[in-house]
Amino acid sequence: MRIIRLALKHRWRVAIAFVTTIVAANFQLLIPQFLGQAVDFAHGLLAGGPGSEEEAEAALLTTAFMLLGASILRGGFTMLHNYLGESVGHLVGYGLRLAYYEKLQRLSFGFYDRVHTGDLITRGLLDLEGVRFFFNAGMVRLVLLANLIGIGSFLVISADTVLGLLALSFVPFVAWRSSTARLKLRKMWRLLQERMSELSLIMDENLGGIRVVRAFAAQDHEMGKFDIASERALDMANQRIGVRVRNTTAMTFAYFIAMGLVLWFGGLKVIDGEISVGKLAEFLAFMTILQMPVRQLGMMVNAFARASTCGARLFEVLDLEPSIRNAPDAPDLKVTDGVLRFEDVDFAYRDATGDERVLKGVNFKVGPGQVLGIVGPPGSGKSTIAHLIPRFYDVGGGRITIDGQDIRNVKLESLRRAVGVVQQDTFMFTASIENNVAYGDPWADGERIARANRAAQLHDYVNRLPMGYETLVGERGVSLSGGQRQRLSIARSVMLKPSFLVFDDSTAAIDAATEQRIRAALKDTTQDRATIIISHRLSSLMHAHEILFIEDGRVVERGSHEELIAAGGRYRELYMLQLKPADGEER
Amino acid sequence: MAPGRQSTANPDREKPPRAVVGSQVGHDEKMFGAAFDGHVVRRFAGFLVPYRRRLAVAVGSVLVYTASQISIPLVIRHAIDDALIAGSNRELLELVVMTFFAVIGVNYLTNFLQEIIVGRVAERILIDLRRAMFEHLQRVGLSFMDKTEVGRMMSRLQGDVNAMQEFLENSVFAVGDFVLLIGIMAVLLTLDWQLGLLTLSVVPILFFVRIVWLPYARKSFVRARETVSTANGALAEAIHGMRTVQGMTRETVNFDLYDEKATDNLRANLSSSRFAQVMVPIVDFLTGGAMAIVIVVGGSMVLSQRLDLGVMVAFLFYVQRFFDPIRSLTMQYSVMQRAMASGQRAFEVLDVPLDIKDKPDAQAPAEIDGSVEFQNVNFGYAPDQPVLRNVSFRIEPGETVALVGPTGSGKTSTTSLAHRFYDVWEGQILVGGIDVRDLTQASLGRHVAMVLQEPFLFTGTVFENIRYRTTEATREGVEAAARAVGAHDFITRLPQGYDTPLEQRGSNLSLGQRQLLSFARAIVADARVLILDEATANIDSHTEMLIQRALARLLEGRTGLVIAHRLATVRGADRIIVLQDGEIIETGNHDQLVEHGGLYAKLYSMNYASFDDVPDELVRQVLSSTSAT
Ligand SMILES: Nc1ncnc2c1ncn2[C@@H]1O[C@H](COP(=O)(O)OP(=O)(O)OP(=O)(O)O)[C@@H](O)[C@H]1O
Ligand SMILES: Nc1ncnc2c1ncn2[C@@H]1O[C@H](COP(=O)(O)OP(=O)(O)OP(=O)(O)O)[C@@H](O)[C@H]1O
Ligand SMILES: [Mg+2]
Ligand SMILES: [Mg+2]
Repeated sequence: MRIIRLALKHRWRVAIAFVTTIVAANFQLLIPQFLGQAVDFAHGLLAGGPGSEEEAEAALLTTAFMLLGASILRGGFTMLHNYLGESVGHLVGYGLRLAYYEKLQRLSFGFYDRVHTGDLITRGLLDLEGVRFFFNAGMVRLVLLANLIGIGSFLVISADTVLGLLALSFVPFVAWRSSTARLKLRKMWRLLQERMSELSLIMDENLGGIRVVRAFAAQDHEMGKFDIASERALDMANQRIGVRVRNTTAMTFAYFIAMGLVLWFGGLKVIDGEISVGKLAEFLAFMTILQMPVRQLGMMVNAFARASTCGARLFEVLDLEPSIRNAPDAPDLKVTDGVLRFEDVDFAYRDATGDERVLKGVNFKVGPGQVLGIVGPPGSGKSTIAHLIPRFYDVGGGRITIDGQDIRNVKLESLRRAVGVVQQDTFMFTASIENNVAYGDPWADGERIARANRAAQLHDYVNRLPMGYETLVGERGVSLSGGQRQRLSIARSVMLKPSFLVFDDSTAAIDAATEQRIRAALKDTTQDRATIIISHRLSSLMHAHEILFIEDGRVVERGSHEELIAAGGRYRELYMLQLKPADGEER
Repeated sequence: MAPGRQSTANPDREKPPRAVVGSQVGHDEKMFGAAFDGHVVRRFAGFLVPYRRRLAVAVGSVLVYTASQISIPLVIRHAIDDALIAGSNRELLELVVMTFFAVIGVNYLTNFLQEIIVGRVAERILIDLRRAMFEHLQRVGLSFMDKTEVGRMMSRLQGDVNAMQEFLENSVFAVGDFVLLIGIMAVLLTLDWQLGLLTLSVVPILFFVRIVWLPYARKSFVRARETVSTANGALAEAIHGMRTVQGMTRETVNFDLYDEKATDNLRANLSSSRFAQVMVPIVDFLTGGAMAIVIVVGGSMVLSQRLDLGVMVAFLFYVQRFFDPIRSLTMQYSVMQRAMASGQRAFEVLDVPLDIKDKPDAQAPAEIDGSVEFQNVNFGYAPDQPVLRNVSFRIEPGETVALVGPTGSGKTSTTSLAHRFYDVWEGQILVGGIDVRDLTQASLGRHVAMVLQEPFLFTGTVFENIRYRTTEATREGVEAAARAVGAHDFITRLPQGYDTPLEQRGSNLSLGQRQLLSFARAIVADARVLILDEATANIDSHTEMLIQRALARLLEGRTGLVIAHRLATVRGADRIIVLQDGEIIETGNHDQLVEHGGLYAKLYSMNYASFDDVPDELVRQVLSSTSAT
C-alpha cells in the first residue's frame, strides 16, 4: 500500500518502533511464564515436592521481582513504540497536509470547475485524519499482535503441542474473518464517505445560499433534501456497524471458545498428570494477554479499511498533474514594450470542436497607454478572454503573446504578476479591509493601500467606519454592498500596478458618477499600461482605442466608438438603447 | 513592476506584515472544557428519550456482559481448585467447562446486542442532533448568519456532531468498564479481603499520578485541538478562494503561512502523544506491582495454607484484567472531554436566539393585494450606524417603482427589509397592507419573489435550479420563464439542455447566464411582488430590452421594485425613488426628476453626457454633489 511507503521517509522511527514493539511483546510474553512459575512453586510445595518453605518463598520473591521488572520494561517499550507509531502518523500527516495544500495551489481553474469545494475540504480534513490514524491504530499494533501470536505460538507449541495448537485454534478463524471484513468495510467506507459528502454539500450550499433559501421561503424544501441525504447516509452507517459488530463479536467468541478448549483439555491433561497446574495457568494467562489485541483487531481492521479508502481519495488529488504549469526552464516574462496580442485564439472549456468552442479565432492587440473595450451578450466569451491572459486556462488554438513571448513559454508567476485581472465574481477573505486590499502584496505600506483605495473611491467610506481599515470583511464580503465589494476588488488589483490591467465587468454594481471618478483617478495608473475593459455600460468603454463586439465567441464588430456608431450594427443598437428609452416598451 | 511585488519571489524575505491565512475571527470557542458538563448532559439526554427502550436493553446487555466477563476467571478458579487440585475430578471438570461455555455464549450474545444497539442508536441520535441544528439554522436571523462563516458552521454540524457520536458509543462502554472495575474489586475483596486490600493499595497511587498529570496533559490536548482547527480553517479558506489566490500569485506566501500552522499542529500533536503515552509505563508498573504483591504475599499465604491456590490464580487473572478498564477509562476521559466541548458547541447552535420568528398568531393569507409600504423606517446592521433613515414610501398594487442611488446608499438593504431578513429599528413595513411581522415568513416568501444582487445557484440541473422550491412547476412553466428572460437559447445549447448539471454555484456558466437563471427562478415562483436587485447588471442592454418586453406581458398586474445603476433600465418605471446615504431625497417619474434637476438628473446626465466628451466642469459639479459612499 502506498501509505506504507510514505512511512518509509521516517524509516528510522518506523524501524525503532518495530524493534520496540517486538521487545515489548516479548516482555509481555514473559509475564505468563513468571505467573506459571509462581503458581508451580506454590503448588509444588503444597504437593509435597522438594525444597523448604524458605527456598520457595525466596523463589517467589525472585519471580515477583522478575515479573515487576518485566512489567516495567514492557511498559517502557510499549510507551516507546506507541509514541513512535503515533509520531510517524503525525509526521506523515504533516507531510500529506503540506503536499495536499501545495497541490491544491497548483491545480488549475479547470480542476476547480469540476470539483466541489466541500469535497476537497472533506478530503483535507477527514481523509487525512483517516490515514494518520492508521499508523497508531493499525500498523504498529498489527506488528504487536503478529508478534505476540508468533512468538507466543512458538512458546506454547514447544511447551505442549496439543494444548498450544488448541490455544491458537482461533487464529485462522480470526484471520479469515478479518480479511473478508476488511474488504467489505472498505467498500462501505467508500460509499459512506460519498454519502456524507452529499450531505455536506447540501448543508454547505444551504448555508452559502442562505439568502436565496430565505427569499424563496424554501426551508421546507431544503429540509426535504437534507432528510433524504441523511437517511441515505444513515442506512450506510448502519450497514457498516452491522458488519463491524458481527465481525468483532465473532472474533471474541472464537477466542473464548479456544480458551474453553484449553481449559478442558488442559484440565484433562492435568488430571492425567501430563502437565502441571502451573503450566495450565500459564496457558490461560497467555490467552488473557491476547484478549485485548483480539478485541482491537476488529478496530484495526476498521482502521485499515478506512485508511485505504481515505488514502485512495487523498492520492486521487495528490496524483493529479496540474494541466497548467511551467514549461521546463521557462524564463521569466520580460515586459519591454508592453504589448499583448491574441492571435487566432480558439478555446473550449470541454473537449470540443467546431461550434462548441467558446472562442473562435479571436485576434486583437493592446499596447501601453491603450484601452481595449469588449462588449457582448451574456455567455459570449468575454470573461473567457480575461481568464486566458493570466493563463488560468490554456488556449485551444492560436496563441497569446506578450511582447512576442508566448505566455505558455514563460514562468507562470512572472506572467501572473504582470497581469492584473479584476474578476467578475468578486471573492473576499474573512479578514480586515486592509488585509484584503493588500492581498496580492502583503508587504505594501499603508500609504500604498490608501492610494489604491482612494483611486477605487473606497477610502472615504472606509475612513468613516468606526474601525476604519481594521474592519472585518465578512465571508465573501457579505457585510459590504455590491458596489463596495467591486471597488475593493478594483483596489486590490490596482495596488499591484500590473503592466496589463483587465476589468471584467467590474463596475456593474457601481453608479455612473462613482465610476467616472474611479476612471479619472486611474488615469495616472493606466497611462503607460495596457487596459482591457469588459463592460455592459457603454459609457465605460467609449473612450477605448478599440472596441470589440463579441458574440458566440467571435468578434463580430470592431473599431472605435465613432466607427462602430457609424457602421450602424449591434453596437449602435446598444448605444441607442442606453441613450434613450426603448420605445416605451419597458415596464 | 513595484519593488514590493518582486520581493514575493525572494526566499529569505521577512514575514509579510499584512498576511494571514485562515479566519481572523477570534477563537472564542472553548476547545476543551470539563469532562462533565451538566448542562450539555441534560440537553443531550433529551435526544436519548425517544430511544430509551433500546438503550435500556443496551445497558442491560452491558451489565450482563460485564458480569460474564467477571465470572470467566471465577470459572477458571473453580476448574483449578475443585476439579484439578482438590481431587482430579473429571466430571466436575466437564461440568465446569460446560459452565464456561455457557458463560461465553451469554458473553457473545450480550456483546453483540450492546454493540449493535449502541452503534445504531448513536448513529440515529447523531442524525437527530444534526437535523435539529440544521433546522434551527434555517430559522436563525441573517444578522447572525452574516457574521458566521459557513465553514465554521459546517465544522459544528459535522466535526462536533461526530465527536458526540464517539462519546455516545464510548459512554455505554464506559458504564461497562466502570461496572467491571467495581465488580473486580468486589470479587477480589470477597475472595480474600486481606490480599484484596493489599492488591488494591496500588490504586490510590494511580489516582495521585493522574492528578499531577492531568493539568499538563489537558493543556497539551487543548493545544492539539486548537492547532488542528486553525490549520483546517486555513485549508478551507484556501480552497474557497483559490481563484483569487492564484490570480494574485499569493501561493508562496500562503504556503509559508500554512506551513507555520501545520508545524504548530505537528508539535502540539507530538507533545500530546507524549503525554498520553507517559501513562502507559506507569499503569504497567502498577500492574506489575500488584501482581508481585499477589505472588509474594499470596504465595506465602498459599504456602502457609491460608489461601487456595485457585484463588491466587484468580487473583492474578483479575489483576491483569483490572487495569484494562482503567486504561480504557483513561482513554475515554479525553473522549468525554472532547465530547463535552463539542456538545457545548453543538448546543450553542441550538441556542442561537431566533430574533426573527413567526408570531403565534401570524397570518398566512392565500392572496394579498401586492402593495408594499415603508413607514418611517430606520434601520442599520450595527448599533449607531444607521443605514436607512426615516424611509417612507408606498408602492401600489401593480405599480413598478425603481430604486436608484449611489453605491452603498441602502438599496439592497431596503429589499432585505421588505423580505424581513432583518427587523427594522423603528417604523414598520407593510406588504399587502399587513405588517411583515404579522405574516408568517413562509407566506411572505410566497408572495414576494426576489432576484438577489449576487446570483446563487445550487448544484443540480438547470431545470431544478429554475424550479427550485416551486416543485409543482411544470417543464413548460420553467421553459416559459427561461424564454422570458432570454435564457432558453443558451440553455438548449448546453450539452444536455435543461438537464445539464451545474457545478458548484453554477461555475460552468458565465455570470450573466447565472443571473438569467436566478431571474427565471423568481418568475417561476409566481409571486405578487417581484423585487429585482440589479437583476440585469451583468447583462447587455439588448438582451435586457428583450427581457423587459417579455416580462411586460408576463408580469402584468404585479408589483415591481427594481434596482439598477444603469439608468436606462429604470427609465420606464412608474415612479423612481432616489436614495442617498439611506435617505429618500427625490421621488417622481423619469421626466419629473430630470426636470427637477436633482441627483437623479445629474446621474442621468452623467450617464448621458459620458457619451459625448464629458465637460470637466460637469463632472466636477456632479462629483461634488453625489457623495459616493
Ligand atoms: N450584512 C451587512 N452587514 C453589515 N453592513 C452591511 C451589510 N450589508 C450592507 N451593509 C452596509 O450597509 C450599507 C448599505 O448597503 P446596501 O447593500 O444596502 O447598499 P446598496 O445601495 O445596495 O449598494 P450597491 O449599489 O453597491 O449594491 C453599506 O454601507 C454596507 O456596507
Ligand atoms: N468554467 C466553465 N466551464 C464550462 N463552460 C463554461 C465555463 N465558464 C464559462 N463557460 C461557458 O462559456 C461561455 C462563455 O462564458 P464567459 O464567462 O466567457 O461569458 P461572458 O461573455 O463573460 O458572459 P457574461 O457577460 O455573462 O459575463 C458560456 O456559454 C458559458 O456557459
Ligand atoms: Mg463574464
Ligand atoms: Mg446593492
